[in-house]
Amino acid sequence: MENKVLRGRAWVFGDDIDTDLIYHNKYLAETDPKKMPQYSFEYLPGKENFAKEVKEGDFVVAGTNFGCGSSREHAVYCLKYAGVPVILAESFSRIYYRNAINNGYPVLFVKGLSQAIKDGKIKDGDELEVDLEKGEIKDLTNGNTFHGDAVADLEMDIMKAGGLIEYLKEKAANK
Amino acid sequence: MGRTVIEKIISKHCGRDVTAGDFVVAEVDLAMSHDSTGPIAVEAFRKYGRGRVWDPSKVLFVLDHATPSPNERVSCLHSLLREFVSEQAIRLYEVGDGVCHQLVVEKGHVRPGDFAVGTDSHTCTYGALNALSFGIGSTDMSGVLLTGKLWLKVPEVLKIIYSGRLAPGVFAKDLMLYTIGKIGAAGADYLALEFAGEVIRNMEMSDRLTMCNMSIECGAKAGFMEADEVTLSWLEERAQGPFEPVFDDPDAAFSDLYEWDVSGLDPQVARPHSVDNVVSVGEVLGTKIQQVFIGTCTNGRLDDLRVAARILEGRKVSKDVRLLVCPASRGIMLESMKEGILPTLVEAGATVIPPGCGPCPGTHQGIPSDGERVLSTANRNFKGRMGNNRAEIFLASPATCAASALEGRIVDPREFFEGKGA
Repeated sequence: MENKVLRGRAWVFGDDIDTDLIYHNKYLAETDPKKMPQYSFEYLPGKENFAKEVKEGDFVVAGTNFGCGSSREHAVYCLKYAGVPVILAESFSRIYYRNAINNGYPVLFVKGLSQAIKDGKIKDGDELEVDLEKGEIKDLTNGNTFHGDAVADLEMDIMKAGGLIEYLKEKAANK
Repeated sequence: MGRTVIEKIISKHCGRDVTAGDFVVAEVDLAMSHDSTGPIAVEAFRKYGRGRVWDPSKVLFVLDHATPSPNERVSCLHSLLREFVSEQAIRLYEVGDGVCHQLVVEKGHVRPGDFAVGTDSHTCTYGALNALSFGIGSTDMSGVLLTGKLWLKVPEVLKIIYSGRLAPGVFAKDLMLYTIGKIGAAGADYLALEFAGEVIRNMEMSDRLTMCNMSIECGAKAGFMEADEVTLSWLEERAQGPFEPVFDDPDAAFSDLYEWDVSGLDPQVARPHSVDNVVSVGEVLGTKIQQVFIGTCTNGRLDDLRVAARILEGRKVSKDVRLLVCPASRGIMLESMKEGILPTLVEAGATVIPPGCGPCPGTHQGIPSDGERVLSTANRNFKGRMGNNRAEIFLASPATCAASALEGRIVDPREFFEGKGA
C-alpha cells in the first residue's frame, strides 16, 4: 500500500449497495479479475455508464453497508481492477470488507458520509483529495472535509503485505 | 463477566479466552465451497505454491449454483473443481445432490460448538445447530485451505427473545422477514444474532434453519441458537462424531437484547428491491404475479414442500402463473416423492426442477421476463437477483407462495389454516 495523498473524481452511491448491483450474478462464471471491471454497476440506475466512464484514480464514495449480500469477490475485483484506488464508505458489509483487506485493497470507514451524500455535500464528479494514512478526505469542489477510521493492526499487516496470499507466504517464509 | 456462545466457541478454536472485539486467528472445523466462488478460491490456493490442503477431511465442495450446467463455460468450472477435489481427496457433492447449506446440515457435517466457514454468504445457516458459521470470500478460503485457520474479530451478540406463539399460517419465514424489516439491512452489521425464546423452542429444525439462513440479510456475521431437544434429536442420526452444546452464561454481555411478543404477527412479504422492505401481507394483497418459486437454502426443505402440498392438494395453479418447485436436496426430493408431496405439486401444475440454486441467483432456470413479478421463498430480492433487473421479486413463506400461486396474485395464506394448529 502506497503512502501518499491521492486525487481523483468521486462516484457517489447511497446506502445498502448490494453485491448484485456492484457485480451481477450473470457474470459469476468469469474468473479473470482483470475482465471484471466491464460489468461494474451494470444494473444500478444512474450508474450504468460507470464501467465505461470510470478513470484510473476515481473514487467510489458510498453510505452505509456497502457491498451487502453475497460473498462474491468479483464485487471487489471489478472496482480494484478498474483502477479505483480506495473505497470510501460510512460502513461496509462484513464479507465485502474482508474481501477488500484480503486483496490488499484499501477501504476507509468515513463518519457522516451517508448523511453528507443525502444532503448533497459530496456529489458525483467532485474532485477529492484522500490522505490514506491520516484517513482524511477533502472535497476540493465544495470544501467539505471528512474523516475515516484507521483499520486494526492485523488488517493493516495484511493490507501492507499486499493481501492475504502474500501475507501468508511471508509468514511461511519467516518461520 | 460471563461469556456468550460465540465467545466460547471462538475461545475453544483459538486456544485462549477471548471477548468481543478481540482479533484472533481461529481453527476451522469445516471449510465449504461451491461452483460459483470455488474456482477463484482454487486459483488463489495455487498461488501459494504448496500442493496439499491442510486437512481434506474438513473440506467440502458442492456443485449447486449452476447445475446441471447451463453452458460450456460453467461446465469447465465444474471440471476444474472435480479435478481439484480428486487431486486433494476432498469430498464433492455432485450436480443434483442439492444446495450446499442443506447438504452440510443434512449430512451431519456441522455439530454444536463447531466453527464452519464457506464461500457463500448464507453459510450462516448452520448456526441453527448451535455452531458458529459464516460466509467468507474466495481469497479467505484459499488461506483456510492452506492453513486451516481464519483471522476474525470476535463479534458482539445481539439477542432477540421471541415470546408468544405464531398463529396458524404464520411461519419462521414470516418471523425472520419481520425481524429484518425491524432492524434493517445493516441493523446487525458485524454482530452475531442470537434467536431465543419460546417461539424458537417451539420450532422444528427446518424453521430454525430458515431463521439463521437469513441472518446475513440484516448484515449479521452469524445467526445462531442454543441447542435443545430438537437439536439433539435432529443430530442423532446425522452428526459425524461427538459434540458438546454451548450456552450463554447467565451474565453474558450482549450488544442489545430485544424481547418481542410475536403472537399477533401477520404473514410478511418483502417487496422489491431490498429484503428489509417488509410489510404485512395485507398491504400487498392482490398484487399480480407471473411466477412463483418454492425452494432454496431458505425454504426448500421437506416441511416447506409439505405446507405447499397441503395448500395445493386437489387444486390447480392459476393459468397466469408458472410455479417452480426446487427441493433443496436429493434426499428431500426422494422423501417428497415417497410421501406423495411431489405428485401433489405436479398435479397442481408445478414444474419441479433439480435440487440446486438455479433460479435464486438467476444462473439459469426460471429467469423472469421484463416487467414480471415473482413471489419467491428465497432469501434475496435484490434488483436483478433472479437474472433480470427489469423484473420484481417479492419474498414470502412457502404457504403464502403456494396460496398465491392458485390465484395469480398475492393472498393471505391463513384461510388455509383456519381452525388448525400450526
